Amino acid sequence: MLDDFFVRALIAGIGISLVTGPLGCFVVWRRLSFFAGTLAHSALLGVTMALFFEINIAFSVFIISAVLAILLLQLQKKTKLPNDALLGLLAHASLAVGLVVIGFLTSIRFDVMALLFGDILAVNQNDLLVIWLGGGLILIILKLIWKPLFASTVNYELSEAEGMKPDKFNAIFTILTAALIAISIKIVGLLLITGMLIIPAATARNVSNNPKQMVIFSVIFGLISVLAGLFTSLKINSASGPSIITATLLLFIISLIKFKKVSDLKK
Amino acid sequence: MENKNKKILLKVENASYYLNDKALIKEVSLEIKQGEIVTLIGPNGSGKSTTAKIALGIHKKIEGRVRRFTQRIGYVPQKVSVDWTLPIRVIDFMSLTEDLKNDQINVALNLTGVDHLKNKSLSNLSGGEFQRVLIARAIAKKPELLVLDEPVQGVDFKGEIALYELIKKISEKLNCGILLISHDLHVVMSATDFVICLNGHVCCSGKPHTVVKDDKYKELFGDRASNILSLYEHDHDHSHSADGSIDPKK
Repeated sequence: MLDDFFVRALIAGIGISLVTGPLGCFVVWRRLSFFAGTLAHSALLGVTMALFFEINIAFSVFIISAVLAILLLQLQKKTKLPNDALLGLLAHASLAVGLVVIGFLTSIRFDVMALLFGDILAVNQNDLLVIWLGGGLILIILKLIWKPLFASTVNYELSEAEGMKPDKFNAIFTILTAALIAISIKIVGLLLITGMLIIPAATARNVSNNPKQMVIFSVIFGLISVLAGLFTSLKINSASGPSIITATLLLFIISLIKFKKVSDLKK
Repeated sequence: MENKNKKILLKVENASYYLNDKALIKEVSLEIKQGEIVTLIGPNGSGKSTTAKIALGIHKKIEGRVRRFTQRIGYVPQKVSVDWTLPIRVIDFMSLTEDLKNDQINVALNLTGVDHLKNKSLSNLSGGEFQRVLIARAIAKKPELLVLDEPVQGVDFKGEIALYELIKKISEKLNCGILLISHDLHVVMSATDFVICLNGHVCCSGKPHTVVKDDKYKELFGDRASNILSLYEHDHDHSHSADGSIDPKK
């Protein structure tokens, strides 16, 4: 069964959306959408490094994202530029450097489009292993650090004062985000991974009234989007990654209607 | 109150804190023991909240030394804003830093008079309701040290008095130390064991009745502020012991 490319795509997509659900909620809560996008952009550089040095792509992307995150922290301390400007700077600079380096790799035939938008239909068994093992590990760590991470998300000072060590857990969260991008870059691509993180979580917010509920809905909406997107791409031969994101967008629009009804009732 | 044998919970020694080369506080020292209420007073921008944050370890890059002798700390910050994107109910917020049983949550919310708000979203609460929830959360975990930064802001007049009484009661019941920041000089002078008057540095400090006679206190708050104590010291021919019974004064 695993021989079938479509079944592999489904298993990969389900694995990714199980992780993007809870992680995406934290990204939205902590206003890190642009940060996640920046890490995703840097993944291009990570992939070219992997090809250049002939190492594992997920590993290389993870290292580059982590380096970028540390660089950002340093820049925040040393310059007075606002956060969004720093993020924009890093995102586009790393993307540009990545593209320049690709230009020199003439010996390798390289599909830039697949990197930008993902190629879930080309997933092999090795990728599945990376997604499910890596994803499982990310979820286990997230579960373990949930309480202090959530406390620092609600209020940094309160959690620091009451001994929850927010700096430590914020750093772990950054690493988890980098790890997620590393394992999913091949599937949804670097331009769409931010969408997978943010849109299902944003949709879930419209229909939830507590944090756990929002995480569950976020996972459900991610799963529905993956299934709907993949089957659509099979049926009408559309690009698989963008189809998944389009599905998340449709769910978001539907949730807006539902949300309006709920808030009308409250009045 | 004789606190000589009581455990010291917090000690700040000659702490200074600079932001962009400007000193927010300079050489502030304070000490809090079990069962003791220490109050910081001072005008806006005098470094009260900063001092509290230094004491709590939120500001770490300081000169001087801070030592905390307890891990069980409850904090009511001056300002907490919870973004709409984060759906959180009062009940979720109550066990933010510690897992609490349902009845512990109920008892604490009941004490501050907001048990009916348990399942409401934090973002739908009024300012006063939110303060009550903040206080309830801080006391629910039975802390050894409570740090309250203007805990009754936005609370109605009647509730304000009740909450200060509650705070006093809690300090006795839990035998915890309290660092209180308040603008309400009446309350401060009547319910506090030790007053520290800040204006970037420690202007004067001591027991309430000595502080109000200090010239620096008068300079900072005006002459009328020194009459405050007279309101409370009208005819105290007795004092209260811990169980509420009346001890005649010798």
